[in-house]
Amino acid sequence: MSIMMELDRGCSNLREYGNEQSLLSKPDGSSTFVQGDTSILAGVYGPAEVKVSKEIYDRATVEVLIQPKMGLPGVRERAREQCARETCEAALLLTLHPRSSVTVILQFGSLSNCQLPSCCLNATCMALMDAGLPMSHLFCSVTCAISKDGQIITDPTALQEKESRALLTFAIDSVEHNVLMSSTKGSFSLQELQRCIAISQRASEQIFQFYRESVKR
Amino acid sequence: MRDTPLSNCERLFLLKAIEQKKRLDGRETYDYRNIKISFGSDYGCCSVELGKTRVFCQVSCELVPPKDSRPTEGIMFFNLELSPMASPAFEPNRQSELLVTLNRQLERCLRNSKCIDTESLCVVSGEKVWQIRVDVHVLNHDGNLMDAASIAAISALSHFRRPDVAIQGRDVTVFSPEERDPIPLSIYHMPICVSFAFFLQGSYLLVDPCEREERVKDGLVIAMNKHREICSIQSSGGIMLLKDQVLRCSKIASVKVSEITELINKALENDRKIRKEGGKFGFAESMPKERITTLKRDEVPVEMTDVKETANDIVNSTETTTEAVPSPVLVGMGTAQIGEGIVNSWALEEDEEDESQTEDRKTDEVMLISDSEEEEVVILHEEAQKSTNTSGEK
Repeated sequence: MSIMMELDRGCSNLREYGNEQSLLSKPDGSSTFVQGDTSILAGVYGPAEVKVSKEIYDRATVEVLIQPKMGLPGVRERAREQCARETCEAALLLTLHPRSSVTVILQFGSLSNCQLPSCCLNATCMALMDAGLPMSHLFCSVTCAISKDGQIITDPTALQEKESRALLTFAIDSVEHNVLMSSTKGSFSLQELQRCIAISQRASEQIFQFYRESVKR
Repeated sequence: MRDTPLSNCERLFLLKAIEQKKRLDGRETYDYRNIKISFGSDYGCCSVELGKTRVFCQVSCELVPPKDSRPTEGIMFFNLELSPMASPAFEPNRQSELLVTLNRQLERCLRNSKCIDTESLCVVSGEKVWQIRVDVHVLNHDGNLMDAASIAAISALSHFRRPDVAIQGRDVTVFSPEERDPIPLSIYHMPICVSFAFFLQGSYLLVDPCEREERVKDGLVIAMNKHREICSIQSSGGIMLLKDQVLRCSKIASVKVSEITELINKALENDRKIRKEGGKFGFAESMPKERITTLKRDEVPVEMTDVKETANDIVNSTETTTEAVPSPVLVGMGTAQIGEGIVNSWALEEDEEDESQTEDRKTDEVMLISDSEEEEVVILHEEAQKSTNTSGEK
């Protein structure tokens, strides 16, 4: 599947992606998001009871738990949890549910590590939508890779990620296409950063269209 | 988060229905729910749906030194995790009784039944053996976790392929999947758990209890069978059973196990065929296509025409950042400053203030060392005209 795509795709394509919503009966909202070879399952519980030690008096407490496929969660998962949590806190209307908790649980479904953070965020947003939690805007995430010769590739495969000079992940909101969260690895110039942001904003329109269509059904 | 407790009327309703041989979802006493087994794109990755219960399993391997007591055998490591996704009652990092029971049962099932040939996992005797790690994640809890976990584990083990190794004397070469095809594990038989739930002091029996039924059960018997051979039996809940009840359970279990084994083999065969033909495989393909809740989109190009101009505009319109002072400036003892910013109030000012304060104190102020808990402490001073207020320190 991925081999065919590498040969004849341009550098500015979004690979095929799919999602399924409401597939788990216990969580309030759930969704899988599949991007190329990476698949992630997200489950959302909320608004629910929160431990007294964690409660905030005027807003909901957002918790994100990431579980890798093999082994116990480590520091890398904690870092991703932080990114996801801050994006969720920016998007959700937390003040509508004080002293309660919104818990997002993410389970990795595939071993390939390419574009994990953006797949996580997309799955999270769809699961939050499925749970019906009030949000001020939707968010989606796009990964860009800058190859050694300066070419910008959206939606890189694992091979392209490994050979890239820099890897940038942005979370874009749906109303004004602002950047909510950015996580970068590698070195790049200011020009390249702005170009990647602009490309991500274009690509995010496609993903938001996908969200709309899947909810409309 | 806490789970909603079972109300008394629900409990009574369930028990009454069982007395009349009726189940909540309309199944018969010995009926299993629909089992769906799907494999991921990686070897050893398997997802099992037993009705609404969903379990996900991943098998991986690693070369490690063997245990001292068994230098020629490989190591099997089992880990079952109750994901907080599965139920609001499951919290991360909490060792609940259910977790321990499930883990122990899974280990007994797969390790003690010797279904995997561990001798074949040895690479260099006494130095390097394969450690097979089985991670089972419970994704949705709708009853009968044990059965689903055992089906997932054995399917994943049958699906798994380990890298090929070549041994020349003491040198071991591990080939990557691209160089040489990976080898499947040697599995003798497929032990599968079948759960029975007893109600009302053992008078009624149900196979494959769903979550509501599990909450009202009295006791649970798990019997495992491969080709009509029992691998392990566990009876929990303190229930007393008659001999013929246990025999009847084992007969039912053997029928169920043969059905389930056939299902697993068919799923494995399908997956093998698809991989050989080069078709698409993995979870992406096993997602149901014709449902309202699923959507797939093919490759889409992204509009990139005026990206460069937009980026350039943004870069030009932002103000240039001030040049930062590259080298640190030493301000005082143990304090350095890099860059412009707010005036440094450490080191320098503190010394000046301290000096000025002590000077003041010598002349005017009286140092209060009292531990009094009074709100206001007024010092009568002949010379000073100001009164000192101190808030009580508790």
